[in-house]
Amino acid sequence: MKLTRRNAMVMGAGAFVALGLPLRASASLADDAIATFTGGAEMADSGITLTAPEIAENGNTVPVEVSAPGAAEILVLATGNPTPAVATFKFGALAASQTASTRIRLAGTQDVVAIAKMPDGTFAKASSTVKVTIGGCGG
Amino acid sequence: MAKGVKPRVKVPKKAAAGEAITIKTLISHKMESGQRKDDDGNLIPRSIINRFTCDFNGENVIDVTLEPAISTNPYLEFAATVPEAGEFKFTWYDDDGSVYEESKKIAIG
Repeated sequence: MKLTRRNAMVMGAGAFVALGLPLRASASLADDAIATFTGGAEMADSGITLTAPEIAENGNTVPVEVSAPGAAEILVLATGNPTPAVATFKFGALAASQTASTRIRLAGTQDVVAIAKMPDGTFAKASSTVKVTIGGCGG
Repeated sequence: MAKGVKPRVKVPKKAAAGEAITIKTLISHKMESGQRKDDDGNLIPRSIINRFTCDFNGENVIDVTLEPAISTNPYLEFAATVPEAGEFKFTWYDDDGSVYEESKKIAIG
């Protein structure tokens, strides 16, 4: 087959589709996890803060902080990890503020998502893109 | 039981009644994610701490579900209200069924 401009374009598009598949697969895992948590409810954009670095040199320990005043529960997801779930924080009666920080693993550059469940059954969502130089899943 | 598991907790010794304090906890644990392979290409089985709770005089402060995406030596920082003198109780639950406990007293003053 002669390599024409048209053939090159077709092959290029094919490669993109092939590469895109695994990414999309894990993104839908994250969507599933969100749907399980919220039951498909609408999510507000305010009322929750997710603090994560813009660039993480080492994906093995990425410090993140979530804060959602008044929330009953906060779910943290890493949309690009092989398993998106990261942690669920449930706040009890003696929690002084609905804030928690921890260190997480990120497989690569991706969006980290935090969803807060309010006591009245509404949800709030925040997300932040983290660029990861070295992935943290030992692959 | 995973080897070398050592919980460490930082709680102020004293607080005013009703004051909000910050608690920092760290437990040494390898948090094997179940994604890694050993030199022969076999999958290393998952072995993590899957739950952490903190209670003060029997009342819950925070209950965290941890997944494999939490880093080695899980570190958690959160805030608690101290209504009276008493004891914070911290509990970590391992995948293998072990439970690690730590407690810290706090005085009002």
